[in-house]
Amino acid sequence: MNAVTVHNLVKTYSSKKEKVTAMQDVSFTVKQGELFGLIGPDGAGKTSLFRILTTLLLADSGTASVDGFDVVKQYQDIRNRVGYMPGKFSLYQDMTVEENLEFFASIFNTSIEANYDLVKDIYVQIAPFKNRRAGKLSGGMKQKLALCCALIHKPSVLFLDEPTTGVDAVSRKEFWEMLKGLKQQGITILVSTPYMDEAAMCDRVALMQLGKIMSIDTPPNIISRFGEKLWAVRSANMYRLLTDLKKYSNTESCNSFGEYHHLVLKNDDTDAVLRYLGEQNHTAVELKPAQPNIEDCFMQLMNNN
Amino acid sequence: MKQFIIFVKKEFRHIFRDRKSLLIIIMMPIVQIILFGFALTNEIKNSNIAVLDNAKDEASRAIIQRLDASRYFNVTRYLHASQDIEAAFKSGTVRLVVVFQPDFRESLMHSGKAQVQLIADASDPNTATTVTNYAGNIISDYQKEMSPQVQPPYSIRPEIRMLYNPQLKGAYNFVPGVMAMILILISAMMTSVAIVREKEINTMEVLLVSPLKPLLFILSKAIPYVFLSLVNVSTILLVSVTLLEVPINGSLLLLMGESFLFILTSVSLGLMISNLTKTQQEAQMFSLMTLMLPTLLLGGFMFPIESMPLPLQIISNIVPSKWFFLIVKDVMIKGLGFSAVWKESLVLVGMTLFLLAVSFKKFKTRLA
Repeated sequence: MNAVTVHNLVKTYSSKKEKVTAMQDVSFTVKQGELFGLIGPDGAGKTSLFRILTTLLLADSGTASVDGFDVVKQYQDIRNRVGYMPGKFSLYQDMTVEENLEFFASIFNTSIEANYDLVKDIYVQIAPFKNRRAGKLSGGMKQKLALCCALIHKPSVLFLDEPTTGVDAVSRKEFWEMLKGLKQQGITILVSTPYMDEAAMCDRVALMQLGKIMSIDTPPNIISRFGEKLWAVRSANMYRLLTDLKKYSNTESCNSFGEYHHLVLKNDDTDAVLRYLGEQNHTAVELKPAQPNIEDCFMQLMNNN
Repeated sequence: MKQFIIFVKKEFRHIFRDRKSLLIIIMMPIVQIILFGFALTNEIKNSNIAVLDNAKDEASRAIIQRLDASRYFNVTRYLHASQDIEAAFKSGTVRLVVVFQPDFRESLMHSGKAQVQLIADASDPNTATTVTNYAGNIISDYQKEMSPQVQPPYSIRPEIRMLYNPQLKGAYNFVPGVMAMILILISAMMTSVAIVREKEINTMEVLLVSPLKPLLFILSKAIPYVFLSLVNVSTILLVSVTLLEVPINGSLLLLMGESFLFILTSVSLGLMISNLTKTQQEAQMFSLMTLMLPTLLLGGFMFPIESMPLPLQIISNIVPSKWFFLIVKDVMIKGLGFSAVWKESLVLVGMTLFLLAVSFKKFKTRLA
């Protein structure tokens, strides 16, 4: 059985001035026990999708079900069994770590003791601060506490909306390790993130852009479908290099990627590129083959649409 | 049940950890009662007056002494010429000038008529009327004592008795008024702010995606403020009885019961406001505009409703404080029983049920 089924969902927000389409005809399924990632920049429609699945918003059209329950008609059943961690921090800042956890356990008619083994690995990391008020925790600690609170009732499906946004790199890595641990306990996890590099941690990902899903597959399959040769280029003046490469007649696409620019050519005549860059007075030019990653695929899909 | 207990516990934590707000809630009634009781009073006490005594005889001095001895007036200035009168008023230090004609006693004794002029500063008309009345009464008292044996052949003597408040104390009026104002502010505003805060800090999102039922949520939010409001009623009554010497003439139990009913009405109003607003600030502004102003202006305790234009009189009927004000005056000051206030109580019950029904119907189980 599928843990989550989404069929032709459409969601628009209308104000007096304009109508904004948050999701256009989105369909996908998530299998039980899967770690499923929704990858896309801000405004891609990730939060709207999460809110529809957690029964907080109604879609304009289309259907969706979580754990076999319809998100509109059987919303109370879904609310009783899923875990949800919103994108914005949403715990009580004036209550301590322990009080927050105890409160959310009781709201779900359970206790910390009953499900302690589930949150143990995460909770031990924040246990030294259990008498500290939640508002006084660091960003990473807050997210760990929020995850504990979303987990304490042993949900069947866990929805995490951008859990790693605003968290430092080390905490982000730790967070994904925790999610892998939870997956082993059989919990289905839907997680959204704007960080492309986190896609590799998921079983399957959906790449979203402007309310549409551009591609759904396992990360290796998405990368294998890139299908073009990719070059990494750098020189002394990176900014001028980017504009010059974009002007170059033989360039298919060129994007900035940290210390290199990723370049796709119409024909793979790299000597001609080097000659062209020489004519443009670029120094210390380096050009080498590169392995495409999810972000390259995302850019390619975006340009094709 | 466990859900409910922990939720109420959480609400009390929010309240007790926000020390400043708690202090305001606890101290506001005491400060208001004391302010209204001693500073913002509309009674005339110890008004400064000036005297222009052109007679300087036995009779005029006796009257001046009586004016000075009364608790309404202090004679602070003695003027010497009629030109000084205007200057005295312009200095702003006197409210009344008493002018005696020359040979005051002479003409009183011989022709049976003498004139005293009372000149008041009528830029504040209410005060001017009151001080001239008081001064006039003191002078006529003196006259009666001077000639007790002289009885006019026909005389109508109005005998005035001020029922329930023989000393005409303002406190008898404002204690019920402050009670109505404090209760509606604390119960309605704080409840609405407490609910809206959950929306503002996003916890509402998490609470909605949980087995928690809306009814339980609303009840748990209301209970701490019902409790705090009952504490406030007790402090207000305690301060009024001990400091302001306003007695509780009726049944204390009935008074507390009626206060409880009014608290429920206010909490339901708060629920309604929380449905209409999105941020704490909005809820606060909304509460102040729709609760505090009508309570002050149309509640009947600052301005008598009977003397308002008809449209305002009709509008005042939907102000809950008006009904509570009537109830408290009847029970606390007049000492009447439930049979005297059942109609007003019924109006409050009706308002409460209506507001609760609308609030539950309008309670959003989703975000938008």
